[in-house]
Amino acid sequence: MIMRAIVLLTVGLVLESASLGAQAPSAPAGNAENGKKLFVERACWQCHGLAAHGGGIAGPRLAGRVPAWPAFSRYVRRPTEEMIPYTAKMLGDSELADIYAWLRSIPAPPAVSSIPQLNRK
Amino acid sequence: MAIDANAHVNRRGFLKGAAAGAAGAAALTMPGVAPGEASAQAPAQASPAPLTPEQASRNLAAETAPLADEADVQTVTDPGSDFMVDVLKKLDFEYIAANPASSFRGLHESFINYGGNKSPEWITCSHEQAAVNLANGYYAVAGKPMAVITFAPSGLHHAMMGIFGAFSGHTPTYILVANILDGKERRPAFDWGPHSVVDPAVAVRDMVKWDDTPLSLQHFAESAVRAYKMAMTEPRGPVVLVVDATLQENPAGDRSKLRIPRLTLTSPPAGDPNAVAEVARLLVAAENPLIIAGDVARDEEGMRLLVQLAETLQAPVQGGGRGMPNQHPFSGGGNVRTADVILALNEDGLYGRLNRYRDQQVRSSTPLIKPDAKVLSISAYDLYMKGNYQNVERFQEVTMSIAADPQATLPSLIEACRKLITADRRRTMEERGKRLAAASAEALERARLECTYGWDASPISLQRLALEVYDVIKDKDWASVGGNGGRLWNVDKFYRTMGAVNGGGIGGSLPIAIGGALAHRKYGRLCVRFQPDGDMLYVNTALWTATHHRIPMLFLMHNNRAYHQEVMHLQRMANRRQRGMALASAGLPGSSITDPNIDFAQMARSMGAYAEGPISNPKDLRPAILRAVERVEKGEVALLDTLTQPR
Repeated sequence: MIMRAIVLLTVGLVLESASLGAQAPSAPAGNAENGKKLFVERACWQCHGLAAHGGGIAGPRLAGRVPAWPAFSRYVRRPTEEMIPYTAKMLGDSELADIYAWLRSIPAPPAVSSIPQLNRK
Repeated sequence: MAIDANAHVNRRGFLKGAAAGAAGAAALTMPGVAPGEASAQAPAQASPAPLTPEQASRNLAAETAPLADEADVQTVTDPGSDFMVDVLKKLDFEYIAANPASSFRGLHESFINYGGNKSPEWITCSHEQAAVNLANGYYAVAGKPMAVITFAPSGLHHAMMGIFGAFSGHTPTYILVANILDGKERRPAFDWGPHSVVDPAVAVRDMVKWDDTPLSLQHFAESAVRAYKMAMTEPRGPVVLVVDATLQENPAGDRSKLRIPRLTLTSPPAGDPNAVAEVARLLVAAENPLIIAGDVARDEEGMRLLVQLAETLQAPVQGGGRGMPNQHPFSGGGNVRTADVILALNEDGLYGRLNRYRDQQVRSSTPLIKPDAKVLSISAYDLYMKGNYQNVERFQEVTMSIAADPQATLPSLIEACRKLITADRRRTMEERGKRLAAASAEALERARLECTYGWDASPISLQRLALEVYDVIKDKDWASVGGNGGRLWNVDKFYRTMGAVNGGGIGGSLPIAIGGALAHRKYGRLCVRFQPDGDMLYVNTALWTATHHRIPMLFLMHNNRAYHQEVMHLQRMANRRQRGMALASAGLPGSSITDPNIDFAQMARSMGAYAEGPISNPKDLRPAILRAVERVEKGEVALLDTLTQPR
């Protein structure tokens, strides 16, 4: 059940991203360094993992697939699936922008082909 | 004869001295205690007051007087518990798990001396919750019940969570509960209250399939066989048999009048042929059929049948537990939103599968399936349900419901489907199968890609931990006894995983894993367990049971230093109420397991296991796993305390 909810959440985010991303206003400038700190302080890591790599059934990966800002910010404020809502009282707009900036700044992971454990049959 | 009063001690003094002497002797010769380890000293005895000649004379007269009649009955040659052991041997139990207790001292002695501690062999547990869950885990691998013995009231109360787990997981654990029903047989100060209950089984009657309190040995024999039969009849479940201490300790009497009935197990019920034919018709005609499977397979044959059904229909299977190979092209695909015919097999969480439920301030639930989708259910769980403890979800409407055992029904269903598949339908199905196989291959590649994120993170990502372990064990005959290796572990055999075994809550899965490893031991399989830290803290002395009984297995700690599920729940509450954010990073009181951090490696070593850790650098994983696996292959228990991401 939880797994299905997470899959739906991910799908929802991607769809919103796809539908709104093209004409969407760009994200406000954010401080990625502060965003990394806030990702921990405001408990995002609890479900998404400290590296935003995804927490299995708890929360989808955000690293490498951050939705467009309008979809992202709208979803964080009023999630349509299982995510915990973050109102502006809990997480200000500029703080959310900082987190967004950090998520966008996460470097790409190593390639699958470079990890022997993922390639041995 | 003259009596030197000062040279004698009185009776009480003699007994004290004898006790102290015995304790001293025991300290020197106690098995397993090295000289110097037994450091406790008996307190110095005060010199007894000298007796007057009259007192000494009275004492001597009392000590040499003829014994009263009842004192003559001090031995027994054929106790009732010997017969009970014969009964339990006939039921072919391989093991019996227990924390010792005086209420079953008769049976305990009979198992060891009369029964030779074989079939069943006694497995020593440090807690009844561990004993029952060990048996739950054993069944999941062995496919037959393991016995547990405990006593009323406290042992049974300790065991309750494990029994609840057996109930929830449809596990036929066989539980003996010792009691002393007859008040005149109860020892003052010991047995009134701590070892006696009027009706012990009432505490768990709402979660066992059947219980009985035999009052004679013949009654015991018949109820013991009936209990086994009831436990193993589908749907399976735990049973309780109360064994009276007096019945254990009194003579069996004339053995020629006692008979142990033959055990004949009940065949699982197959579905009604007409209903099965209709299910086949709907499945073959469907454009997007979907199979949703709960705990369907009892054995390798069940797995073969589920795969055969999926391949006959070229239909995806969601769930299926260990009944469906996780890398089969039809495993995990399909979508309830687009399915036109959904076949649910032993799925007691069907509502959750077919509806979207949101845990927000106001709960909401909406159907996921198409309004005209046909939902067909074949379930043995429709044959048995309890009112107080419930393991069903909200009521799910279905189009057809067949009360039957899915594994027993699959052969006729597969055959009925084959007869209906025309050349035209076969072409359509094969096209569907190709699409499913392509989607499955893509999903496997996505799973590989997901592992790369957080690959070098510290604490270690769970994906990396799983992959590092699998890379070491994949060419060995491995079995997971708990925890999920994920899609990249090729679960190609029925015994690779444990199925729907349930421990009744946190704390149950450690002994379940050990019970599973116990059942795997005779096959020489390499057993691996991902062990959450919170669960480990309940009955961690089960580790000692594993080392003591030489049950080789590898533990990888999922040590996130928190009851992290509850951390997330508290965060949900705080966000919903818009307060408490400062707690998020500092650790939530009541949910964090820090200050001090627990040294799980030290804990494991204290119970005789090989252990390393804490390990927080993912680069240190592989060499540590190689060292640990080498130990396990030599027959040891090994534990690696790995600090992991929360999820």
